[in-house]
Amino acid sequence: MEAGRSPNIEILTNATLHSVEGKPGAFNALVHQEPRYIDEDKCTACGMCKMYCPRPVADFYNESLAVIHAPRIDYPQAIPSAYYIDPKACLRVNYETCNLCAQTCTAGAIDFSQKPKDVELNVGAVILAPGFGKIDNQVLSRFGYGRFPDVVTSYEIERLTCASGPSEGHVIRLSDGRAPKKIAFLQCVGSRDETCGNGYCSSVCCMYAFKEAAIIKEHEPEVDITFFFMDVRTQGKGFDEARKRAESKYSFRVVRARVPRVEQVDGKLGLVWVDEEGTSRNELFDMVVLSVGLEAPEDAHIISAAAGCELNHYEFAKTSVQNPLTTTRPGIFTAGAFQGPKDVPESVTQASGVAALASELLADARGTRTVTLTYPEEDRTLLEEEPRIGVFVCHCGVNIAGVVDVKAVRDYAATLPNVVLYDDVLYSCSQDALKGIAQKIKNNRLNRVVIAACSPRTHEPLFQDTLKSVGVNPALFEMANVRDQCAWVHAHEPEAATQKSKDLVRMAVAKARLLTPLESQTVGVNPRALVIGGGGAGMTAALSVAEQGYECLIVEKNDVLGGNLARLKWTADGQDAPRILKEMIDRVRKHPKIKVLLGAKLESVSGYVGNFVSTVKVKEKVQTIEHGVILVATGAKEYRPKSYLYGENDRVMTQLELEERLAKGKTSLKNISNVVMIQCVGSRGDDMQHCSRLCCTQAVRNALKVKELKPDANVFVLYRDMRTYGFHEDLYSAARRKGINFIRYDLENRPEVLKNKASGLTVRFFDKLLGDTLDLDADLAVLSVGVEPTDNTGLSKLLKAPLTQDGFFLEAHAKLRPVEVAVDGIYLCGLAHGPKSLDETVAQAKAAAAKAVIPLAKGRVSVTPLVSHVDQGVCIGCGLCESLCPYKAIELVKVDKRKKAQTITASCKGCGICASHCPTLAISMGGFTDEAIFAQIHAFAQQEQEVR
Amino acid sequence: MSQTNEMSNDIKGFDPKILGFFCHWCCYAAADSAGVARYQYPPNIRTIRVMCTGRLDFRFVLEAFRCGVDGVFTGG
Repeated sequence: MEAGRSPNIEILTNATLHSVEGKPGAFNALVHQEPRYIDEDKCTACGMCKMYCPRPVADFYNESLAVIHAPRIDYPQAIPSAYYIDPKACLRVNYETCNLCAQTCTAGAIDFSQKPKDVELNVGAVILAPGFGKIDNQVLSRFGYGRFPDVVTSYEIERLTCASGPSEGHVIRLSDGRAPKKIAFLQCVGSRDETCGNGYCSSVCCMYAFKEAAIIKEHEPEVDITFFFMDVRTQGKGFDEARKRAESKYSFRVVRARVPRVEQVDGKLGLVWVDEEGTSRNELFDMVVLSVGLEAPEDAHIISAAAGCELNHYEFAKTSVQNPLTTTRPGIFTAGAFQGPKDVPESVTQASGVAALASELLADARGTRTVTLTYPEEDRTLLEEEPRIGVFVCHCGVNIAGVVDVKAVRDYAATLPNVVLYDDVLYSCSQDALKGIAQKIKNNRLNRVVIAACSPRTHEPLFQDTLKSVGVNPALFEMANVRDQCAWVHAHEPEAATQKSKDLVRMAVAKARLLTPLESQTVGVNPRALVIGGGGAGMTAALSVAEQGYECLIVEKNDVLGGNLARLKWTADGQDAPRILKEMIDRVRKHPKIKVLLGAKLESVSGYVGNFVSTVKVKEKVQTIEHGVILVATGAKEYRPKSYLYGENDRVMTQLELEERLAKGKTSLKNISNVVMIQCVGSRGDDMQHCSRLCCTQAVRNALKVKELKPDANVFVLYRDMRTYGFHEDLYSAARRKGINFIRYDLENRPEVLKNKASGLTVRFFDKLLGDTLDLDADLAVLSVGVEPTDNTGLSKLLKAPLTQDGFFLEAHAKLRPVEVAVDGIYLCGLAHGPKSLDETVAQAKAAAAKAVIPLAKGRVSVTPLVSHVDQGVCIGCGLCESLCPYKAIELVKVDKRKKAQTITASCKGCGICASHCPTLAISMGGFTDEAIFAQIHAFAQQEQEVR
Repeated sequence: MSQTNEMSNDIKGFDPKILGFFCHWCCYAAADSAGVARYQYPPNIRTIRVMCTGRLDFRFVLEAFRCGVDGVFTGG
């Protein structure tokens, strides 16, 4: 949506990259574009063409579960919001017959004269983000897909559970259309499977399976759902917690086994598997869902040939841990699933990360070809008239209309005072609907707009922009939240929900009548960044900000740079970690735009985005620093266990300690023949609740290193779930091939580390296959201790940046704003955000730098107009407001020798404490005046029939 | 005993009108999240969004009761 609205983003659809010539900063890209046969500028997305098209085709967007016609739009929110014609199906394109759609299109948008064309683009950088491909149906057919109709893919379930999907959200069996009572989810289909060429883990399927299952249960609470996992890999931030919640709330059954065999047994599906005790089991299910993995895009080879960059052995883009977003060709970057299987938060993070890389490369050209959006001047004459209110009620597909009688609410709005226009809209946020709303505002000279739809928290800016586009002040807008706080929470009470919607619309209209225009102010930005923390994340972020052209100050509490990176010996892809660190430190030290303060502590922070003032204490001396943005990269620490004889016996060590030892070479393993590693020490319900994400890969890599240095050593890894997600799975496979033993344990049956008489150690654990407790002699017991957050409470208070339950910093939105903090101008990266590997840290630090540079590059930030205003004629200068204001946003000034209160607009957060306490009612709040709130209260109290 | 029954009958038929003052940043956001999670609760509340419950003037609460509401809910 935002991409579609930005004047600086041009979207070429139906396009493929043919070649890229030239060098970084000056590429010449040749793009081939197939025709849409519908002019996207003329198309209004009315859908008339599809109604008249005689050619039925399977809807591939809906996994061919629905039938549509040759002219199509994939989904209502699609950008561009215009139809296109499927050239394979269209009679006119293939046989020169028909032409019905062209005759019915009133906009004259259908144009069969369009020809394929080649477009030449002069660009500075190229970003490859083609996403992922689908696993071949042949692989799926091994699990019954295509042979038995009730074996479906996770993609199909995704469509079936979608309210606007082919079955309107009902999960049905494709064989008989009945609701299944018992569903099995099979994990690792097309992933972790060398027989189909995909030895890697797809990283996302475990979590999406839980999500899909939870949605199924929401729709059909009676369904029994069973999962078949090899390992439960929900290593993402907060994922384990969400999974555990879902498991208990919906009584999911989790079976640990290799992917079962699927057979059709009468009208049901018979699953056969071997359980952890080695017993063969079988059971009947009504439906089987294949959790299909993510594959490299089908045309990966074509893309790599066109872009001139290499692929890895799984045909994803080839990158490294040190430069995770850079392809093998300079100036060509990659993000998202093409870089490796990953979920939405990580893809969004990487997308910001590549933006930073492109911005670094093109820093000199900044602003040279930017298009600035201009709005028409506000029509002041509008406000001379009585309020002319337009009310638009949104269906949100079936989200609202499935519960609330939208048309009744719309008609009710017509009876309210000053409402001159009322309408209902299918998706009010879709681009064509916004265009329609803008047109109606203009044609009817509306000077107030009410939209009854979702939440103003997410959609108010979008609608306000629509007002601005037709010269109406954005403050003349009010929303009634009839989706999130009505239709969704009263799903089983349609009448009451409709009544509530009417009431909310009445209250919104009452407020709208009293709205007044507000001026938005902008303030200048101090173009410097403050980076807190000088580890891998902080240095990467600082280097990126500096390369993008802005000054940076790193505040590091220790006397050296490096953080946890300084303890790493080699990366997951086998690179020399100390060399990476040294290069990083050298670049930081030499960069003219970066300053470093060592042994420094942040003491205070005041101000707001664009204009922060902080004090930093360096060796008893306090310095004051002015800066525009803050990047939090304070890292985390290695957890220190109190169990497993750690600290009591020098044969018990952490993975990092082992790594340090192994770095010394073969002698480090002298007299060592048995090494036992224990995973999840401290993590996942031990001392800490979270999964530390990186320890499985770390353990496997160290285990391989032990084998490399001493091939006859025995290595045992006691684990709960091996979470070597993504390409790390290769290491896990290699480890098993080398004879490293992996033995699973449960939280209830933790291994024990005991001293034995022979001055060695004994590790005692329960072996499920043998059903017995076993003792292993261990020369070394290595604990995978995980990542513990540093005590962030002080910094959290200083920055007003909230923490998660686990003690890491909380991002503003997990998917949409993964590197921003809720407070404007503060960004987040590295271990301070949560456990992650070095490549993920680098990508995230780049992302945070990209976001931080936005206000720096713009040079100005706009201040919300929702601030307090003191009527100094009424103010008695008592100072109550000044003392109450939590943001230091009110000061007392002398006006004609009398004290008067005055708002510091840029600091004001619009909370309104001042207004609600002012004894003379001298303070009014922008957008939330006393009058408006009283009007809402009175409207609330009114009964429907009392209106008019 | 009979008195208790009467009372519980009263409560059964009681369909209160509740007015909510929700803070934009927390309670209003939480109410949205409740929607996203499809939590179901009785449809008796109507909400006025404020940028902070600090905005809540006691006059608003009194006016609400004067106008006949049965309860005022504030979350912030």
